Amino acid sequence: MQTQTLSGGFEDPAIQSAHAFRGIMEAMARPGTLQTISGATPPAPLSPAAGCVLLALCDTDTPVHLAGETDCEAVRAWLAFHTGAPTTGSTHCMFAVGTWDTLAPLSAYQIGTSEYPDRSATLIVECPALETSGATLTGPGIKDHASLSVPDVQALQSNRALFPLGLDFILTCENQLAALPRTTEVS
Amino acid sequence: MNAYNFAYLDEQTKRMIRRAILKGLAIPGYQVPFASREMPMPYGWGTGGVQVSAAILTPEDSFKVIDQGADDTTNAVSIRTFFERTAGVETTTKTSEASVIQTRHRIPEDPLIEGQILVYQVPIPEPLRFLEPRESETRKMHSLEEYGLMHVKLYEDISRHGHIATAYAYPVKVEGQYVMDPSPIPKFDNPKLGDMAAIQLFGAGREQRIYALPPYTNVVSLDFEDHPFEASKADHPCGLCGAIDSYLDEVIIDDAGGRMFVCSDTDYCENRQAAGHKGKDAA
Repeated sequence: MQTQTLSGGFEDPAIQSAHAFRGIMEAMARPGTLQTISGATPPAPLSPAAGCVLLALCDTDTPVHLAGETDCEAVRAWLAFHTGAPTTGSTHCMFAVGTWDTLAPLSAYQIGTSEYPDRSATLIVECPALETSGATLTGPGIKDHASLSVPDVQALQSNRALFPLGLDFILTCENQLAALPRTTEVS
Repeated sequence: MNAYNFAYLDEQTKRMIRRAILKGLAIPGYQVPFASREMPMPYGWGTGGVQVSAAILTPEDSFKVIDQGADDTTNAVSIRTFFERTAGVETTTKTSEASVIQTRHRIPEDPLIEGQILVYQVPIPEPLRFLEPRESETRKMHSLEEYGLMHVKLYEDISRHGHIATAYAYPVKVEGQYVMDPSPIPKFDNPKLGDMAAIQLFGAGREQRIYALPPYTNVVSLDFEDHPFEASKADHPCGLCGAIDSYLDEVIIDDAGGRMFVCSDTDYCENRQAAGHKGKDAA
């Protein structure tokens, strides 16, 4: 086991995960806003923001799907040591992490059932850049409209059409994150 | 205080609650089941709200608790002390200075702003429960958006009383999808639910449900075209501060039928009195 596996977690888990969660919650409640979170230094190719999200939300109860390059020995070992989360394929995961292309196809993930729409996956999408410009967002959490650089407008529109079912997205880049819940209309 | 983990709950419990809060925000008005814990207070004293507050608090927060609008009742004082001891957060009674406000059955009179979070204590989260006792059936009704029964209940109010007599826990429809119980707030507060700048989180400890309203969410109180929703309050000014726009409590002051009406929001009333406003009963 490498020292990289053991390091890079929260030094003060209760406080740092509380801060990380507030950032994630603000992002999920206000789509189109960027939040800065810090505290985790996960192994490459995970971004610090994606690492924080995994540490704050994942544990032995949450199967995680590592997509594409994130599915490497370093990340697997780091995730197992710090969260205990089991890794799984895309069909049974509660959380998935990777770039937009490697997370595809979106149809593989659980979107919940009409009686339990909360039993759906949350996708942590590693983005090359994250800016408050680009596609126009409207919906709950947004006063008039907001703008965000989103990976794929059409896929997000089809996800919105599934409401109240659907996937929720947390977009991460370096130490910043934004979120797109299923309710957000993207155009 | 090192005898407890920060904010009392263990980290795994907080993660479970945090995941439920995120799903709640993503599906506004939908009741997310969660594994409610035993808290060092009985059910009915805000265990749902306390668990939600414990999951969202950070050490920098300023925490306010109100019980029917008041900062100084037993329930409000003990919950405030609970988080002073277990989370070491600062507490306040001022609405404008609080970043997290836990509330039992009121929305503060002062408009909330972005960055604030309102946590409701909810006794019965299911708006259809008194119409249909089976959880399996109410789930189906929500999934099919089958809310005719709720309109029948409101209609029966009209046929019996001539108007919709439901005065608190008045059902709302969120984003045109789910009918939601706004917790037993007076219907006077219903118009504040929609388009609020603050995040609203609802926790029901005994019933093990969490639900949420993101800021600026479309919330409509159910009504009929010929009997539109009306936010009502006692038709008096506040006896202490003279406010005519705030929700009032009726207080019986002697055994000869004497009574006075005072603001239920004590912080709002105190601020007005400090600013020199005076009601007819003010000393």
